[in-house]
Amino acid sequence: MSKDIWPLWEVFVRSAHGLAHKHVGSLHAPDAEMAMLNARDVYTRRNEGVSLWVVKSTDIVASEPAANEALFDAPKDKSYRYPTYFTVPKGVKHL
Amino acid sequence: MYTQLVQPDESSAGDAGPEASVFEDKIDRAVTIEPTDWMPEAYRKTLLRQISQHAHSEIVGMLPEANWLTRAPSLERKLILLAKVQDEGGHGLYLYSAAETLGTSRDDMIDALLEKRAKYSSIFNYPTLTWADVGAIGWLVDGAAIINQIPLTQCSYGPYARAMVRICKEESFHQRQGYDVMVTLARGTPEQHAMAQDALDRWWWPSVMMFGPPDAESAHNEQSMRWKIKLFSNDALRQKFVDQTIPQADALGLTIPDPDLRWNEATQHYDFGTPDWSEFYEVIRGNGPCNRERLGARRAAHEDGAWVREAALAYERKVRERATA
Amino acid sequence: MNAAAVDRSRFEFLLRAGDNGLILGQRLVVLIGHAPILEEELGMANVALDLLGHARMWLSYAGEVEGANRTEDDLAYFRGASEFRNALLVEQDNGDFAATIVRQFLFDTWHARALGAWSASSDERIAGIAQKAKREVDYHVTRSGDWVARLGDGTDESHARMQTALAQLWPYTGELFIADDVDRELAARGIAGSPEELRDAWLGDVAAVFARATLSIPEDAWTPSGGKRGLHSEHLSYLLAEMQSLRRSVPGTRW
Repeated sequence: MSKDIWPLWEVFVRSAHGLAHKHVGSLHAPDAEMAMLNARDVYTRRNEGVSLWVVKSTDIVASEPAANEALFDAPKDKSYRYPTYFTVPKGVKHL
Repeated sequence: MYTQLVQPDESSAGDAGPEASVFEDKIDRAVTIEPTDWMPEAYRKTLLRQISQHAHSEIVGMLPEANWLTRAPSLERKLILLAKVQDEGGHGLYLYSAAETLGTSRDDMIDALLEKRAKYSSIFNYPTLTWADVGAIGWLVDGAAIINQIPLTQCSYGPYARAMVRICKEESFHQRQGYDVMVTLARGTPEQHAMAQDALDRWWWPSVMMFGPPDAESAHNEQSMRWKIKLFSNDALRQKFVDQTIPQADALGLTIPDPDLRWNEATQHYDFGTPDWSEFYEVIRGNGPCNRERLGARRAAHEDGAWVREAALAYERKVRERATA
Repeated sequence: MNAAAVDRSRFEFLLRAGDNGLILGQRLVVLIGHAPILEEELGMANVALDLLGHARMWLSYAGEVEGANRTEDDLAYFRGASEFRNALLVEQDNGDFAATIVRQFLFDTWHARALGAWSASSDERIAGIAQKAKREVDYHVTRSGDWVARLGDGTDESHARMQTALAQLWPYTGELFIADDVDRELAARGIAGSPEELRDAWLGDVAAVFARATLSIPEDAWTPSGGKRGLHSEHLSYLLAEMQSLRRSVPGTRW
């Protein structure tokens, strides 16, 4: 009976002191408004100062694992992009 | 304990392609497997069964405790119990959510539960006959759950492991509140103390049996252990539970209903009696005291709620049509 | 024993506020395990937790004002039906999900307006509780209002069920806006505004959502009342019997 099956939504939360939204799980809701209310009730227990995103699962475009190499291959020949590549002289702070 | 009768799937025992070795390499290096990764069909099927049964256990598990919400003997206890039951619903939801990443839907899983194709933990088929049962469940059942859940935070499958981390964080007060109820009763009037002892008498063996049949009788688990789906054997977890719980019972001044219970100085563990495994199998088969009632309640809620779910979708359709009109 | 006069009006106010939360919370907990979908069970549990939490605050304060050493539990578990001061609306049966939502929405909308008014109370503690509660109840209004819209303008079946529920429950809203001597005294002292003052704003709130929900307000002059005087429907004594049974069975003990 597909007329009573609610679509799936993915939920992302950024905590009050957080810097980015994290994926925390999913839930079912008939529309965006109720998805938001449900997300607050289920994933934040209505903590204040929390930012919520809800996205219909079917709207998410995910990279294919096979393509990972091309998209995400750490440029091994560009390791100078990583701070650990450099040695900081002893005693020099804040670097 | 959520895998009491999960038969590990052997269907892809012959996998040997390049993807299979990438997968096995990830397992060996403790890199989590994520939803879009290739995985052996056996891995996917076994996990799906385990996670969904774990989810079913949470939501059926709400019912025995919800039974005492209206009659909780203080406002504070009522609130605490309500928060706990709500948490359990939330845990079920996190787990359904993790299971859906493996190629099933909430609806399929609910259908499987209501049609008795899927199982849930045996323990929730017992009735909560007194308020003390609420304490016993929190103390024993949640105590057992914690023993089972902490290793699962290391599970190889990312969404399941992450759900378990979230669950463990929220679980912290569940066992404490149950034990607190037992403390209050055990130290109360003679009638209250007797109520606590009676609850322990009825919940002890079902709790011990929660960890599933003895290893010797259990399904072949080596594959599951390699894949970090099942991390410790039934007997190992059961022993841990018994060892940790006996001192807690002693502190309450309550007696464990096992005449064979004794401390083994040589092994530094408690020796304990043999559960009645025929009872366990009867309960798993659907013939426990409350199986029909528990599923009946969930089925009624689901069927009675169909018009509500339909209405919400109909409204959404209308709003969308008006917007594009 | 202190013979000083008890501030009866203040005590009555606190019982009325506390009993509304307690009885409605009690009605809602029954739904755990029986809601149309898991997400709704969690949402409803949050509402019940809020209402019961408020009830504890109101009733604790009531006990202090009375000055007879009655705790929140004494008041919740050891009063009989004739001593309860909740509105008749909150003790009505859950019925089907439509009735549950209509009861909730009619109460939530009044509750939010009332808490808004009480936030300006000359009694600092009442104002404090009201301000904290209002943040949560504003959310309750959004939640129940969203359901009213979806069920009212959903399917033919849901619309019919909602209209039936509304016909059944609308008469109980009248009582929320009737002022008695206690209300008049509290208004004069600045502790709480008169209930009558809330009616127009509340009607506006409710009408807006009903319009969105394609629901029509019943024409019904019947206005049952009596909750504030302890004259309740037959529902309350059953509800209390269940709620109080265990606590009363072994009195004088810790639980």
